[in-house]
Amino acid sequence: MSAATAYSKKNSFHKSSKTPWGNPIVYFFSLVLVAICVVPVLYIIFGGFRTNAQITNNPAGLPNPWVISNYKEVITSDVFWTELVNSLIVGICTMIGVVVLGIMVSYVIARYKFRYSTLMYALFSAGLMFPMTVGITPLYLMIRNLGLSNSLAGIILPQIAFGLPQTIIILVPFLQSIPMELEEACLLDGCSRLGFFWRMVIPLSMPGVATTGILTFVGSWNGYMLPLFVLSDESKYTLPLGVQMFSSQHSVDTARVLAFTSLAMLPALICFTIFQKKIVGGLTGAVKG
Amino acid sequence: MTEMNDAVAVGRPVAETKKRGGERKPSNGKGRRNLEIFILSAPAIILFCCFVILPIILGAYYGFYQWKGFGTPSENGKFVGLQNYIVALKDPNFQQAILHTFEIVIGSLVIQGPLAILFALLLNQKFKGRGLIRTLIFVPYVVSEVIVGTGWSLLLQKKGAVNQILESLGMHGVDWLANPKVAIWTLLLLISWKYIGFAVILMLAGMQSIPEELYEAAKVDGAGFWQIQKSITLPLLAPTLRIWVFLSMIGSLQLFDLVYIIWGQYVSTTAGVSTMATYMVREGRGAGNYGYGSAVALIIFVISLIVALTYQHFVLNRDLDGALTDKKAFKKRKKRQTAEDEALAVAMEGVK
Repeated sequence: MSAATAYSKKNSFHKSSKTPWGNPIVYFFSLVLVAICVVPVLYIIFGGFRTNAQITNNPAGLPNPWVISNYKEVITSDVFWTELVNSLIVGICTMIGVVVLGIMVSYVIARYKFRYSTLMYALFSAGLMFPMTVGITPLYLMIRNLGLSNSLAGIILPQIAFGLPQTIIILVPFLQSIPMELEEACLLDGCSRLGFFWRMVIPLSMPGVATTGILTFVGSWNGYMLPLFVLSDESKYTLPLGVQMFSSQHSVDTARVLAFTSLAMLPALICFTIFQKKIVGGLTGAVKG
Repeated sequence: MTEMNDAVAVGRPVAETKKRGGERKPSNGKGRRNLEIFILSAPAIILFCCFVILPIILGAYYGFYQWKGFGTPSENGKFVGLQNYIVALKDPNFQQAILHTFEIVIGSLVIQGPLAILFALLLNQKFKGRGLIRTLIFVPYVVSEVIVGTGWSLLLQKKGAVNQILESLGMHGVDWLANPKVAIWTLLLLISWKYIGFAVILMLAGMQSIPEELYEAAKVDGAGFWQIQKSITLPLLAPTLRIWVFLSMIGSLQLFDLVYIIWGQYVSTTAGVSTMATYMVREGRGAGNYGYGSAVALIIFVISLIVALTYQHFVLNRDLDGALTDKKAFKKRKKRQTAEDEALAVAMEGVK
């Protein structure tokens, strides 16, 4: 269990019972910082509750009166739901693919002692140096030649490939920290190495898997460049492309664009808020080494 | 070579197990073990080579052709040698794009670095509610580039909310997006807004790994708050800072989404915010010149690689020079490398 406990130890940010109230200056500057970060996002959300006339006459104002017709129209339109479903399919498939393939290969690198394990690790960590931008043109041609252009699979497969390096680099140390004794005990009980992998490694590495899974999902949800290259059919669009198309089609109808935009960011924001402790904790662990 | 070794190993499993005495796993057959390794790692390796490594190799090959993307370059294209590269490097638009990209690289470092350290110092104080604040400053980082672009381009219009607020404070509004003198600064501000949350969290994580005892000792010795930060926090934060600089540079070199969304592919050049990546997309896929686009991509790759390797050589491994022969130092270095890799990994989400 020690891998799991070590992880949750790293994660324990909240010592709220002991923490005192800070002094007013600290709160003042913190609030300024938070305002800078959050107000533009709130502007998008609140903007959706206004009418175009309100936005034109008083761009910086609050909704007065509040209208929900923009949100209603977006929610009742097919376009939004199609794109939401596309984004969900892409995000979830990418996440599952990255996590499953990632944990399999990380297990090999972390627990099997063989000649090429360091080479494999080096190969994947070199992958961090190649963001998608550099390879996007030939990548697009390849996807087209494989007959995957304009299909969701054409986004999912490359995203899994580009998501692997970070997953492996997070998971390998994690799997290495599972004590040897556990594996020995398991083997004595008649478990095979794969059985150990299935029954012990996967449950124990859930926290690390969660971190990488969520990061992958949010990254996929926000992905723009690859869908831009691969998808040309509007019925296949993911939300980022949809937001852009919607905002150029309805450039006069600012309020509706804002409503569409805020609904599009909601899932990623919710997902992040629920799991933020895990992600930030994962980051802390990673930097601490 | 490999096959032969494997054959030998399968033929003499006992000898093999003996040779690897350090390995405590009771092996149920070397062949089975290899099969397991193969099954577990092959899918990931194949996918990775196919979609990450292969495109770069293909790109290098396409770069030598004048080619519209149909059929194969050798049949439907024209071999032009290095001409694509020469044209690209001589194109004033590309030179401008490179210049802008490096302005962005340096600008992001100069703006975000000090601010992120200050904010991290602030949030490193123990007070109620800081968990919430930490979550909230991460919001811009989680929101996608498209949404950031759409929202901000509305806010920054000539008659948008930002100018209205400025005017109500008695200042003149600015044409944030179209004025070529202002646009690059606008872009820098937007980038800082989007990514500073990440820098702050990274610095915070670095600060929390500094042992509490050091601060207590300094306090006992009568050091003031700023003196403590200067002589303890900053030096010990250096490794984190170095990683952040690296990540920020790689990210800036690849910048595409925000510019492409806010300024579009044509306006970005006139507004003076075109980056290497937007130039590549515009001249490559936009114009249908896939050979040329691939050549530009390779140039971007080489520039990024040079920057990354130079930085790694001179900064990331600086204080380990001459320690290579020492085994302990080597281990330490490896450990640190792993830690750096991990941080890199987590951060690549945003960079992509």
